[in-house]
Amino acid sequence: MDVRIWTYLLVGLTFALYIGIAVWSRAGSTKEFYVAGGGVPSVANGMATAADWMSAASFISMAGIISFAGRDGAVYLMGWTGGYVLLALLLAPYLRRFGKFTVPDFIGDRYYSKLARFVAVLCAIFVSFTYVAGQMRGVGVVFSRFLEVDVNLGVVIGMIIVLFYAVLGGMKGITYTQVAQYCVLIFAFMVPAIFISIQIAGNPVPQLGMGGEFEGSGVSVLDKLDGLSEELGFGAYTEGRKSTLDVFCITAALMCGTAGLPHVIVRFYTVKKASAARSSALWALLFIAILYTTAPAVAVFARTNLLRTVSDTAYTELPGWFRNWEDTGLLAWVDKNGDGKVQYTGSGAAFETREGDPKFKPYFRSDDGGASLRGASGERLLDNPATGGDNELYIDRDIMVLANPEIARLPAWVIALVAAGGLAAALSTAAGLLLVISTSVAHDLVKKTFVPELTEKGELVLARCAAGVAVVVAGYFGIKPPGFVAEVVAFAFGLAASSFFPAIILGIFSKRTTMIGAVCGMVVGIAFTGSYIIYYKFVNPDASPWFGISPEGIGTLGMVINFVVAIGVSLATRRPPEEVRDLVDRVRLPRAAFGEDDAGPSAH
Amino acid sequence: MSDPNLPDEAARRRYWKHNLGWLGGLLMIWFVVSYGCGILWVEQLDKIRIPGTGFKLGFWFAQQGSIYVFVVLIAVYVKVMNRLDRELLGGGSD
Repeated sequence: MDVRIWTYLLVGLTFALYIGIAVWSRAGSTKEFYVAGGGVPSVANGMATAADWMSAASFISMAGIISFAGRDGAVYLMGWTGGYVLLALLLAPYLRRFGKFTVPDFIGDRYYSKLARFVAVLCAIFVSFTYVAGQMRGVGVVFSRFLEVDVNLGVVIGMIIVLFYAVLGGMKGITYTQVAQYCVLIFAFMVPAIFISIQIAGNPVPQLGMGGEFEGSGVSVLDKLDGLSEELGFGAYTEGRKSTLDVFCITAALMCGTAGLPHVIVRFYTVKKASAARSSALWALLFIAILYTTAPAVAVFARTNLLRTVSDTAYTELPGWFRNWEDTGLLAWVDKNGDGKVQYTGSGAAFETREGDPKFKPYFRSDDGGASLRGASGERLLDNPATGGDNELYIDRDIMVLANPEIARLPAWVIALVAAGGLAAALSTAAGLLLVISTSVAHDLVKKTFVPELTEKGELVLARCAAGVAVVVAGYFGIKPPGFVAEVVAFAFGLAASSFFPAIILGIFSKRTTMIGAVCGMVVGIAFTGSYIIYYKFVNPDASPWFGISPEGIGTLGMVINFVVAIGVSLATRRPPEEVRDLVDRVRLPRAAFGEDDAGPSAH
Repeated sequence: MSDPNLPDEAARRRYWKHNLGWLGGLLMIWFVVSYGCGILWVEQLDKIRIPGTGFKLGFWFAQQGSIYVFVVLIAVYVKVMNRLDRELLGGGSD
C-alpha cells in the first residue's frame, strides 16, 4: 500500500475512535461539562493533561527548532517540563482544594473583587484564543501535506471534529478523547524515533542512542554531528550561542508561564482530591517527559541525516523526498555557483525576503500558463532575490519531524502514522483551549459577573454555544492567520508568567497580600512585559534589547516586578478581611482536617 | 472545630511547616539541576564526559538530565505529602 492509502486509513480510524468516545462520554451537567464531574482517575487525567499540553508545536516543530538551535534548544525542553514541578508543588493541590471551576474563580474570591475576576477572565480568553488559532492552522497544514486537500478544507474538517466532541462531551468527552489522542501521538512520535536510533546508533532507545556511537565507527553521534556542523560553518551543535542571561530568562519565563496557563491549571480541577491533583501532575510530567526526552534525540539524528544527505550532493541525485517537500515550499534551493550541487552552509539565508512581503518564505516562479519554471538541474526557480553568501538551501524547521521518516527511508505506514499523530496533537490541544474559552464566557463572564440568576440548564446551553462560536472564530483565524500568531503564542507564556503566576502564588502562600496589591502587581507586570515585547518585536525590532534579554525572556523580569509591586503595595494597604484569611488557611490543609469531606468542586 | 477527632491547632501548624520545609528543599534541587547544571555552569560541566557515552555532562543536563530529575522531584513530593496527610488525619487521606 502506498503512503496516501495508509494515511487515509490511519487518520480515518483515529477520527472514528475520537467520535465514538465523545458519544459514549457526553456531559449531562455543568459540573461534567466544566470539570468532568471532578472524578477522573489520576493516570487518565495525567495522560489527558499531557495530550492537552503537547500541541502541534511540540509534536511537529519542537524537534526541528532544537535541531537548528543546538544546545540552546534546551530552553524549550526545560522550560516546558520544569513548570510542572511548580504546578505540582505550589499550585495544583491548593487550587484543587479551593474547589470551584476556574482560575478567575480563585482570583475573584481570594482577592475579594469582581474587578480582579474580570481582569483574570480577559487574560484567560486572550491567551487561549492566540493559542487555539495556531492549533487549527496546524490541523490544516497536516491535512494539506499528507492528504493533499486544501489547507482551508483541512481547517474546516478539523473544526467539525472538534465541534462535535467539545460541544457534546464538554470536559468529560474531551478528557477521555485526549487519553486516546495521547496514545496515538506518543506512538506516532516514538516509532520513527526508535527506527532511526537503531539505524544511526544501533540502540533502540533514542535517549541512549543520542549518546551512542555513530554507525559503529568509533566516533560518538554527537561528536560526528559537531564535526559535520563545524565543517559547514554552523558552529558545534553541542555548544551554546545565546548569552547565559538570555537562556536563563527564557527558561524561567516558559516555566512560570506553563504553571500560569489556564488550560493547564483547569486540568487539576477534574480529579477527586488534592492528593490526586499531586499524583496526576506526576503522571502528566512522566507522559510528557517521554516525548520531551526523545525530541532532542530526534533533533540530533535528523540533523545528522540531513547534513549527510544533502550537503554537496547533486540535485539530480537527491532522493525523492527532496522534490516532494520542495513542492510544498518547505524546501528551496538556488544554484548560485551553477555546479548543480547543493551547498548547505552556515553563512546565513540562501535568499532574501521578497520585496513588500512581511514574511520570509520562498516563492516559486511559474509561467503564464501556471506551469512551474525550472532551472538547469530541474529545480524550481525562485522569485526571491538570492543573497551574497554561499549557502544555497532553505529548509523549514517543521521538516525535521514531518519528513524525518522519509529521509530515513522508513516504511509507508510510519509516514502515515506521523500524520495521524500530528492531528491528534493539534486536535487535543485545540479542544482543551476551546473548553477554557467556553467556561470563561459562560461561567466567569455571564453567570458570575452579569447574570447571577442563570439556571444550571441555561448555563450549560450557553457553555455549548460559546464553545461552538469559539470553534468558528478559531477556524477563521486558522484559515486567515494574522501574521503575528506564531509570535503571540510564544509571548502568551511571558504574559501568563508576569500576571497570573505571582497572583496565585502570593494568594496561597501569603495571607497578607491584599486585593489592591495583587491587582497593582498584575497590571504593572503585564504592562511592562507587554510593552517591552511590542516595542522590541513590532515597533523597533532592530534595537538591541536591555542586557541582551530577548522579548521571549522578558516575562521573567515582569514576574519579578509583579512580585515586588504586589508585596510592597500589600504592606502599605489594610490587611485582607478575616474571611479571606480563613479561606487561605483552609486551602493549605486537607479538607478532612476541618471535618469536611471532599466531594469535588461545587457550583455556588 | 471542637470535634476531638480533628487535628488541633498545633498539629495543623506542624503540617504546614513540614510542607514548607519540603517545598524549599525540593525547589532548591529543582533550581540547581535546571538553572545551575543546565545553564549557569554548563560550560564547566561540559569539560566532563559521561563515561561510555558521547554526552558532555552540561549538555546532558540541559537536554535530558534535568527532565528526569523533575519527574523524580514530583514523585518524592507526592510520597512525602501522602505521609504528612496520614500523620495529620490519623489514617485518612485528603
